[in-house]
Amino acid sequence: MEKHYLSVLVANHEGVLARISSLFCQRGFNIDSLTVSTTDNPEISRITIVTTGDEASFRQVRKQTEKLIETKALFPLNLRTSLLRELLLIKLRSNSEVRGKINDLARAYKAEIIDVSVGCIVLELTGEPEKVDDFLNNLDEFEIVEMCRTGVTAMERGEVTYLLGV
Amino acid sequence: MLLTGAEIIAEVLIEQGVDTVFGYPGGSVLNIYDALYAYSDKIKHYMSAHEQGAAHAADGYARLTGKTGVVISTSGPGATNLVTGIATAYMDSVPLVAITGNVPTSLIGRDSFQEVYIAGITMPITKHNFTVRSVEELADTLRQAFLIANEGRPGPVLVDIPKDVTINKTSFENKTPEIVEDDRRLKHLEKVADLINASKFPVVYFGGGVRISGAEDELYELLHKANIPATYTMMAAGVLGYNDPLSMGLVGMHGSRTANLAVDNADLVLAIGTRFSDRVALNANKFARRARIVHIDIDPSEVNKNVAVDTSIIGDVKKVLTALIPMVDKADHTDWLEQIALWKAKDYTPKDDATVLKPHQVMGAICDIAGEDTVYITDVGQHQMWAAQYIRHVKTRSFLTSGGLGTMGYGYGAAIGAAVADGGNRPIVHITGDGSFHMNMNEACTAVSYNLPVITVIMNNSVLGMVRQWQKTFYGKRYSSSEPERKTNYSAVAAGFGATGFRCTNLDEFKAAFTKALELKGPVWIECVIDREEAVLPMIPAGGTVDDMIIN
Repeated sequence: MEKHYLSVLVANHEGVLARISSLFCQRGFNIDSLTVSTTDNPEISRITIVTTGDEASFRQVRKQTEKLIETKALFPLNLRTSLLRELLLIKLRSNSEVRGKINDLARAYKAEIIDVSVGCIVLELTGEPEKVDDFLNNLDEFEIVEMCRTGVTAMERGEVTYLLGV
Repeated sequence: MLLTGAEIIAEVLIEQGVDTVFGYPGGSVLNIYDALYAYSDKIKHYMSAHEQGAAHAADGYARLTGKTGVVISTSGPGATNLVTGIATAYMDSVPLVAITGNVPTSLIGRDSFQEVYIAGITMPITKHNFTVRSVEELADTLRQAFLIANEGRPGPVLVDIPKDVTINKTSFENKTPEIVEDDRRLKHLEKVADLINASKFPVVYFGGGVRISGAEDELYELLHKANIPATYTMMAAGVLGYNDPLSMGLVGMHGSRTANLAVDNADLVLAIGTRFSDRVALNANKFARRARIVHIDIDPSEVNKNVAVDTSIIGDVKKVLTALIPMVDKADHTDWLEQIALWKAKDYTPKDDATVLKPHQVMGAICDIAGEDTVYITDVGQHQMWAAQYIRHVKTRSFLTSGGLGTMGYGYGAAIGAAVADGGNRPIVHITGDGSFHMNMNEACTAVSYNLPVITVIMNNSVLGMVRQWQKTFYGKRYSSSEPERKTNYSAVAAGFGATGFRCTNLDEFKAAFTKALELKGPVWIECVIDREEAVLPMIPAGGTVDDMIIN
């Protein structure tokens, strides 16, 4: 099972997200993460989907997504030529014993401490998804109170290679 | 010109060449129906017994004529009753525009009376759908709906219109309908021509796309130029005459042994306007296992969806074939055609019987009496397969059946739509089973109201034949809920609706009843009592190959 990264430019209409997620659901394709936001063109939104599955099914779900009337452009992201970013917010249990260790870890990963309250510290980390994964793998000695990730948002380096028919 | 939303709907329908709509009124569409009253000289509205019947009628109308079918319903239950009809049209690529009323915009999202989020419900069963939020966007939205329903691979589009949008006014100007030409460059033509020219055992397997594209003549030319034997899916019945020497009949689960053997032994399979459904490519990995496969279709998402192919040409079938034919060499394929003739001689043929009604003899008698001009409409189940197998198909767009979704209850509505579209020129024969007919027989009132000459032939085996056949073969004769012991007196029910009913138990009775039915030129039911053990043969079980074919 491979991880696939897909960028979809869609008409900025109500229901567009429901249409795309419904299609993935119907075709039995699990969405690992999905981000959507408006772009510099107010009529266009950009959706970045990370999904896991075999190549043939991925090609099929891509073609089905391409068929949607509101899909304006769609391209799989090549990991070598694309910039992928994700943001993590994580709240760790803290006391005088671990506070120093949390500080060290934050410095090592260039994570920012954005809130300190009685018993808790909130860290913010931005980076490639692998970096976020790696960071999370190094938290064994801490207690996670809660956490959330935004999911991947991405774009290709250099000139755009897709054609937008709008 | 300042018009209300409802008047704009009527104007755009006329602009799009629509003169016939099907539907059912209700609270949210009162304004639309008021406009239809005013425009009744230009748009004729046919009211059904149930919205599902109206949706199937619009579908049948579209399949017969190739024009876009239009169905109108009110919000809430009216809209949800369309769902099966829309899904049926979606699976079989039928151009349909469904207009649903909704509660006024101020009441949307408040669980108002008869409010339902029909755009959400129909998302996966429409090519696209719209909710119109203001009267200013109404005309262009409707125009776009017609455009989308027809362009490329056709399909249903739903336009949901809140009630206030239909009464608000805005300025309106007519526009000429936009026609989108499919101008994509055809790829791989030479490669495919080379494959055809090099092939010793080619087979063409074609589907409904040939009919939708209007490529019947081009298909005929290709087949006869290179002497390629052909088999077809149910959606393409009538595209190639049953008596064409190159026709091998249906392919797939209930296809002929010859067609399935030919696909299995071919060195090249040209799949044209078809989608390798699981009723054709029963085992996707073994379908045409010795062949290179070429796929010609307008929808790129169909390529490699179910069966992996070697080459594909994406485009309108008519355009592809027109470009391909000059590149294909004349060929005889004598050895291959001789082999096929040997197989054909051993094809399954059911035995005649003069004392009881046999399904194949009923189909044969209908063809004999009604003639080649007949339009056939079916429901779903055994009778549908018998109709597909034994009707002597000669005309394109003349066999209307729910292929993809397999909608029991499709037939009567679709037959009504076909009868309306035809206007009394061709015999309209609706072939159904007692199971399917119980689902939507209420549309008899519609056939009676408009005095439509729909002849309904009910193949009554008193059981759910197809379900029971599977239970008999695969479930140790445990007939769970397939023998309902209904006591319906069809002649009496027909009479109750104001139609005419006949009951037949042998072929002579059937011939007499059917001849009489044609003379009556109104709605007629003919009940054909058949044995519950009658099976659809041959049959390849799901997941099997021609090696697993059941012949008796």
